[in-house]
Amino acid sequence: MQYLAPTSVDEVVAALAQADGRARVLAGGTDLLVQMKSDMIAPDILVDIKRIPELREITREGGGWRIGAAVSGAEFNEHADICADWPGLAEAFDLIGSTQVQGRCTLAGNLCNASPAADSVPAMVAADAVARVAGPNGTRDVPVVDIPVGPGKTSLAAGEFITSIFLPARAPRSADAYLRFIPRTEMDIAVASAGVSLTLDDDGSCVAARVALGAVAPTVLLVEKATAALIGTRLEGAALAALAQACESAATPIDDKRGTVEFRKQVVGVLARRAARVAQNRAEERA
Amino acid sequence: MSKIHVKTRINGEAAEFLCEPDETLLEALRDRLHLTGTKEGCGSGDCGACSVTVNGRLVASCLMLAAEAEGAEIGTIEGLAKGAELDVLQRKFVEHAALQCGICTPGFLVASKALLEKNPDPTEEEVRYWLAGNLCRCTGYDKIIRAVLDAAAEMRRA
Repeated sequence: MQYLAPTSVDEVVAALAQADGRARVLAGGTDLLVQMKSDMIAPDILVDIKRIPELREITREGGGWRIGAAVSGAEFNEHADICADWPGLAEAFDLIGSTQVQGRCTLAGNLCNASPAADSVPAMVAADAVARVAGPNGTRDVPVVDIPVGPGKTSLAAGEFITSIFLPARAPRSADAYLRFIPRTEMDIAVASAGVSLTLDDDGSCVAARVALGAVAPTVLLVEKATAALIGTRLEGAALAALAQACESAATPIDDKRGTVEFRKQVVGVLARRAARVAQNRAEERA
Repeated sequence: MSKIHVKTRINGEAAEFLCEPDETLLEALRDRLHLTGTKEGCGSGDCGACSVTVNGRLVASCLMLAAEAEGAEIGTIEGLAKGAELDVLQRKFVEHAALQCGICTPGFLVASKALLEKNPDPTEEEVRYWLAGNLCRCTGYDKIIRAVLDAAAEMRRA
């Protein structure tokens, strides 16, 4: 195996093109190295992207935020301004692994690992985050929701990799929240999860909402009927009941030792309802 | 395939070694530099026995390639004691009997040191969450948590 540590995006693109599918991109390595050690994958070349300065940065862009693909969870959570704008994404990102894993894990890596239970992905989808993808045909912007296509599979073409994640500008009275169910309090993988991002008007009525669910389908789900349940409401009981119902209906989970279909469907509705209330309270506090 | 030459600093001193491209930092520390205080538990980032700091950041050295350490400042368990004088955390682990077999202990100490540098006055809950990625199958954790809180209290008085 060969280890490369280029210092520019163009060099990564060239290295991936030359490797013709035998290379893997190394960011935090918290999934990649585990897969290599367990002989699930055996890449000929590893391309470490952490020596590329702009991929290590969080920068302001058009009122939003651009997060380099090599920014770790620990770095993200120490950035007070981005955490103030996106507390739900911050709490989701922080739930990935241990303190040791937080020192290395990245949003782009969590996304490309394409686990349906990835904690940061429902929060990114709720946030309407956009991945910037570099490849042999140049650069393109892809909504995060369109990156995973199944467990362990992404829509990235051969030779493409994610260079950054963009979070759009935040309207006043906006906030997000993320909740997951696990049978313990730390160091576990979501049995079901929900991310909610919403915007309130001056009267406290919901004018925009995105609801995304994790671990209840082959990919993270964006539930459009959940948006419809919240818009125009103040998240009263009936609206929250409609939200939970929309989430239960959208969920198509598997049955396994960690949770039955019935349990996951019910819990994901409860999590969505609670996350919506947390996001609402945060949005009101920001006003 | 030729070996990779890595220059780094370990516990404040310049260090260099040759490694294979797929060698982990844990393997290089133990087998090339003979810094065997850092332990391998699970080898998959779940147990924290191999905890070290890289540029001040706590990481699992089994989930990092040795080649990635180029130019980095590495902190290991060997950097805690000053000669024969134990670090406060080490002393408190002994006083509280916060270890039995000892395999997890270097990882707990390195992780606790990183916590107290970031947060000199953690709550018990904060200590427990910070150390959730360090597994001990002997002690039941309470003595470890008490030792860390006691060390923090003594360091604040100093």
